Amino acid sequence: MSSYRIQGATGEWEVVIGLEVHAQITTQAKLFSGSATAFGAEPNTQVSLVDAAMPGMLPVLNRECIRQAVRTGMAIEAQINTWSRFDRKNYFYADLPQGYQISQLYHPLVGEGAIEIVLDDKNPEGSAKVIGVERIHVEQDAGKLMHDQHPTMSYVDLNRSGVALMEIVSRPDMTSPAEAGAYLTKLRQILRYVGSCDGNMDQGSMRADVNVSVRRAGEPLGTRTETKNVNSVRFVMAAIEHEASRQVDVLEAGGKIVQETRLFDPGTGTTRSMRSKEDAHDYRYFPDPDLLPLVLDQAFLDECRASLPELPDAKRARYTDVLGLSPYNAAVLTADVDTAAWFETLITASAAKQGKDEAAVAKQAANWLTSELFGALNKLGKGLEDSPVSPTSAAELLALIGDGTISGSIAKQVLEKMLETGDGAAAIVDREGLKQTTDTGAIEAAVDAVLAANADKVEQYRGGKEALFGFFVGQTMKAMAGKGNPQLVNQVLKAKLG
Amino acid sequence: MRNHRFELMTDLTELGVAALRDGVAGGAFTATEVAHAFNAAVEAAQGALNAFIVTTPDAALAAAGTVDEARAAGQPLGKMAGVPIGMKDLFATKGVQTTAASKILEGFVPPYESTVSQKLWDAGAGMLGKLNLDQFAMGSSNETSGFGNVISPWRKGGDTTPLAPGGSSGGSSAAVAARIAPAATGTDTGGSIRQPAAFTGISGIKPTYGRCSRWGVVAFASSLDQAGPMARDVRDCAIMLEAMAGFDAKDSTSLDLPVPAWEAGLNADLRGKKVGIPREYRVDGLDADVAKSWDDGIAWLKDAGAEIVDISLPHTKYALPTYYIIAPAEASSNLARYDGVRYGLRDLPEGANLQDMYAATRAAGFGDEVKRRILIGTYVLSAGFYDAYYTQAQKVRALISQDFMTAFETVDVILTPTAPSAAFALGQKSTDPVEMYLNDVFSVPASLAGLPAMSVPAGLSRDGLPLGLHVIGRPLDEQGVLNASLALEQRAQFSAKPGKWW
Repeated sequence: MSSYRIQGATGEWEVVIGLEVHAQITTQAKLFSGSATAFGAEPNTQVSLVDAAMPGMLPVLNRECIRQAVRTGMAIEAQINTWSRFDRKNYFYADLPQGYQISQLYHPLVGEGAIEIVLDDKNPEGSAKVIGVERIHVEQDAGKLMHDQHPTMSYVDLNRSGVALMEIVSRPDMTSPAEAGAYLTKLRQILRYVGSCDGNMDQGSMRADVNVSVRRAGEPLGTRTETKNVNSVRFVMAAIEHEASRQVDVLEAGGKIVQETRLFDPGTGTTRSMRSKEDAHDYRYFPDPDLLPLVLDQAFLDECRASLPELPDAKRARYTDVLGLSPYNAAVLTADVDTAAWFETLITASAAKQGKDEAAVAKQAANWLTSELFGALNKLGKGLEDSPVSPTSAAELLALIGDGTISGSIAKQVLEKMLETGDGAAAIVDREGLKQTTDTGAIEAAVDAVLAANADKVEQYRGGKEALFGFFVGQTMKAMAGKGNPQLVNQVLKAKLG
Repeated sequence: MRNHRFELMTDLTELGVAALRDGVAGGAFTATEVAHAFNAAVEAAQGALNAFIVTTPDAALAAAGTVDEARAAGQPLGKMAGVPIGMKDLFATKGVQTTAASKILEGFVPPYESTVSQKLWDAGAGMLGKLNLDQFAMGSSNETSGFGNVISPWRKGGDTTPLAPGGSSGGSSAAVAARIAPAATGTDTGGSIRQPAAFTGISGIKPTYGRCSRWGVVAFASSLDQAGPMARDVRDCAIMLEAMAGFDAKDSTSLDLPVPAWEAGLNADLRGKKVGIPREYRVDGLDADVAKSWDDGIAWLKDAGAEIVDISLPHTKYALPTYYIIAPAEASSNLARYDGVRYGLRDLPEGANLQDMYAATRAAGFGDEVKRRILIGTYVLSAGFYDAYYTQAQKVRALISQDFMTAFETVDVILTPTAPSAAFALGQKSTDPVEMYLNDVFSVPASLAGLPAMSVPAGLSRDGLPLGLHVIGRPLDEQGVLNASLALEQRAQFSAKPGKWW
């Protein structure tokens, strides 16, 4: 879909991108030990004898981690391998107590799947592209080295050692930074829907290894580099951009791309070499003899599937097709699982308050949420998760709009007060006397006054300048401090202006 | 009275597990008296035999005291109540140094207890000390220990040349043979219970892989390592194995099966049983004494009522090379954790970086045999060689298992010699690793197939040294192995013991 090209001195270059995403599985306990996994604990307080690789310690698989990875696989329509196996990846490092990482090289838990990305939310069908997922395997995380604790020594924190990760490996199907960004965003969205990973990239629970190569159109794949541990969507896009142009520069200067591991520096937005293929480890993978092959039975698979929630694509389709939302609103409201949940609580409460079905209140709720509440929260520097207005109190506000008690513009004031005071909408409307006027007498009086004060404009209007109608509406509403019922104001004005 | 008591205590060390258990339960003597007797015997022999890396007389007395109190209070006693044992120093023991006989773990005191040792303590056994072994259980003569050779209590007639007690459970075999422990734990990866048992005239069984938990046992080769008892006779092994075995959720390869009542099931009547004699084990140049003892064994089992059947295990000749690929491969990875970072030895030369520390620590901490196997294992797993060695070895391993399964369609147990020779002198084979590895030729196939297998004393060589016979059984059929072994034991009438020269 993308026509992203690097303009080199000698012509155009295509970019080929694949992502390996490490996603920390949301569980109470580590992959092979009973230790806790909470983020931010004091160093070395969440370490068992197994995590520290004491002599004679053995791994025991945490089934919940497998369950979450299987559910993730199902969410991307991937093949679930009912027979898989754990392998040891051997290398020495101070943050790797066993001297090997337990991973799955030869027989991963999850096979081929796919993720559909959308590059333009306003045109979801026209801008969609399917990105292949080659595999998802389950593996242990390493610990963390701390180099800033002592002048000459490094310290080791093993809290993260043994935490369960999914490695989600894409096909090299992406051809622009935007596609890679959309893929990562979509993957994060799915993981959060499934509940298998919290997607907190700033806490390291999701990070990407970015494989990039460049080639001239129609040529075979170029040599790729792998930029490790990039921890935000923005940085992934920046890393690709930099790395692709760097490769083009090298090639155009007659150089060769070296297959190597690189690091991204968020400060400068550039990548630099970490180690080349020649210094690459020989990981000596072999099946872990401490663990039996992992065999999944049908009952387990059935439970995994039955426990899947409605997924983002299905939800978005339902929002447009059943609830009648615009594609844009549907995309915005389904972007995050928490937003969708908030919205759905809101329409349930709204439907109940207004005595209508959900489809009848959804549009009003969606418009109000995306234009009013998001804007107001944004001004306060808050997100939906810490909104002082709950979905039920928002439903009360929407009901007041719906039954004509207040107008849309008054509703803005009411929302501001709700955010400020935490009081309910009805209470604020009562207290502040914000009820909409449906008294035709009062409206007629106000309209008369406005027309009298603007005789010249009335003349122009009657002379054919119909655009002035809005002016009279505005003046009337202003005169009534916004409380005039807009429909009635329109009616009366129309009648009086002839 | 004092003298009488002293004599009694001397006599106690002549008793095995069943006799000690029954004597304590029946009140013939107290567990504390037993512990004192063995503590004294351990102390007297330690300088000469070097069977223990550390002795723990207080632990033995404490466990005995608990048993005596329980008995006085009329409480039920465990399967091993009142029996002090030696614990191979491959089992992690809480609060007691655990080294795997390697300098890299010298001073390491685990804050945890292995499942098997805990089960033994729970059954009322006490600990005399941590037994010496080949370093990380890699060896067949106990010469690779970082804490000095164990000397076998056995000597050739009229000769004082120090002999190997076998390995890797050489401290265990020497201690039981010397009557300084009535029983000891062993571990067997390619023959480390059975070969030392054969060398020292005692019994030892490696149960089916998965019977005994590996949790808390320092790993050598995870897919092969299996704990088992070493004791004076078959009944004692049955008793102790019952105490050691059982499912452990902390070991993913542990078998979730009840522990059979092996002692109660002992039965030397082999009528209706078929015993296989694998023709491939009758290798060229088989030691004449060993060949004769094998023939004796065949005759004894026939006498016990069994039918003798000639069988073929065609892939036997590949067993040793297969084992020496798989075991080092796993070991090279299992031993990566000894890196000087968290526990054990750390050698940090001036100005060293992390890589330097690893190199210095592992160079100083590991012995030559351990380094050799790490090198072999690293090589066979490395890129470009993995398929040719490791993958191929796994395929052959499956064929070797299949050989046994085919044989067990016809026969109930298989009889072979335990080792190709009687004990050799210390130093005799230590310069040629392959010569040393050949010692495992008869024991390794059953290890690769995960089968229960036992060595029992069969008689003496012309030099007056013990020879063992080896019974291999179907998976989970320890009872069949114990029963055939019992039939051999009853007919071998093995009563020889080493002269007390220490």
